[in-house]
Amino acid sequence: MSETSVQAGSLPKAPGSLSMIVVMTAVATACGLLIVTAFQATKNAIEHNVATITQESVLEILPDATRQIPFGVDKSGAVVREPAADADVSKIYAGYDESGALAGIAIEGSGQGWNELKILYAYAPDRQCIFGFKVLECRETPGVGDKIATQEEFLANFKELDATLDPGTRAPEHPIVTVKHGTKKDKWEIDAISGATISSKAVGRILQDSTTRLLPAITGHLDEIRKAGAE
Amino acid sequence: MSESSSNRNLQVFLNGIWKENPVFVQVLGMCPTLAVTNSVRNAIAMGISTMFVLVMSSMLVAMVRKVVPKQVRIATYILIISTFVTIVDYLIKAVSIPVYKALGPFIALIVVNCIILGRAEAFASKNTVYRSVLDAVGMGVGFCIALLCLGGVRELLGSGSFLGVPIFGPYFEPWVIFLLPSGGFFTLGAWLLVFSLLKERKARRAAQEQSA
Repeated sequence: MSETSVQAGSLPKAPGSLSMIVVMTAVATACGLLIVTAFQATKNAIEHNVATITQESVLEILPDATRQIPFGVDKSGAVVREPAADADVSKIYAGYDESGALAGIAIEGSGQGWNELKILYAYAPDRQCIFGFKVLECRETPGVGDKIATQEEFLANFKELDATLDPGTRAPEHPIVTVKHGTKKDKWEIDAISGATISSKAVGRILQDSTTRLLPAITGHLDEIRKAGAE
Repeated sequence: MSESSSNRNLQVFLNGIWKENPVFVQVLGMCPTLAVTNSVRNAIAMGISTMFVLVMSSMLVAMVRKVVPKQVRIATYILIISTFVTIVDYLIKAVSIPVYKALGPFIALIVVNCIILGRAEAFASKNTVYRSVLDAVGMGVGFCIALLCLGGVRELLGSGSFLGVPIFGPYFEPWVIFLLPSGGFFTLGAWLLVFSLLKERKARRAAQEQSA
């Protein structure tokens, strides 16, 4: 390089911090606006699709049910029939067979694995057990964590998972818990997937929280829920 | 527009499809290429999603190329790319939840697909909006073709069907390995071999013509 080319003034002047901040802010604002517009434009279609998939999933995990009625459990433990879409409630779906008898209750639960996890499980109030399970939303590591949705051995945990409530306190007698693969002894334990312990534990945690919080409220309003099927 | 300029633009478009195919020649974007090509439907969905992000981000990068200081260009490109990935995420969810579930985290991972950042940095930041969009469409089509090549073979051999329609009849025993990750590597290896053979044959012919 010649001496003259490096003289002051011959090099391109570096932009000041202010111009960088202004450009980044402008681009970020434009990007933010684009995202909000896309969110608003697709919101209704997404809600409709999610509702359809949830309905199908409810009838899938409650095999004897031919129709379902949505309910919501609010923070005080009150059960609301057909809550508004944006109501701050935990969603449950009562499934009824052709004669109008209660065929089970599908309960939505969510929590954190590696990413957010949304599940649906079937609860039989008469047998006091969980007898069905489906993953609604899962962004766990493909081929590892996402086995919670597909691995038959893991799904077998939910064929008759004990969720008995104490008759006095109505709290679960034994909180549902995930145990290390191959060490399951009791009916309320979930046998984890080897190599996907975090995701398996997340499922156990979601079920434990959900059953502890919702089952007392559901069993307390069971007559109401049963009557709705006969209408 | 002069003829030579039209030819140059056509060349920009065709480069991504054949000569500089992002998968078979540049061997970029291997993560989605191997992960979601176990069926033609998934391959099409991923191909179109990536093409959308590629075209839109190339267009925006070309538009702002003169005002973005060099020091913050990569951060700006990432911001633009992640915006369109978020939009694609919403769009797929609005169109089909089963497809959204099948693609899973790979939709979000489009943001780190090196084809997109590579084209933003290597082409869109130095060319006009028109040429950048042409380049992005070419690369996107090339990527879609590559995913279809893989998805087609894997679904055909792994499930005995194409786009869910059974092809070989009830007596065909599916080669399940082609639906597994290892099947993705086998199929990609086979396609890379085909491309290498074609390239070698072309070079041999060119050498023969030169010597003649």
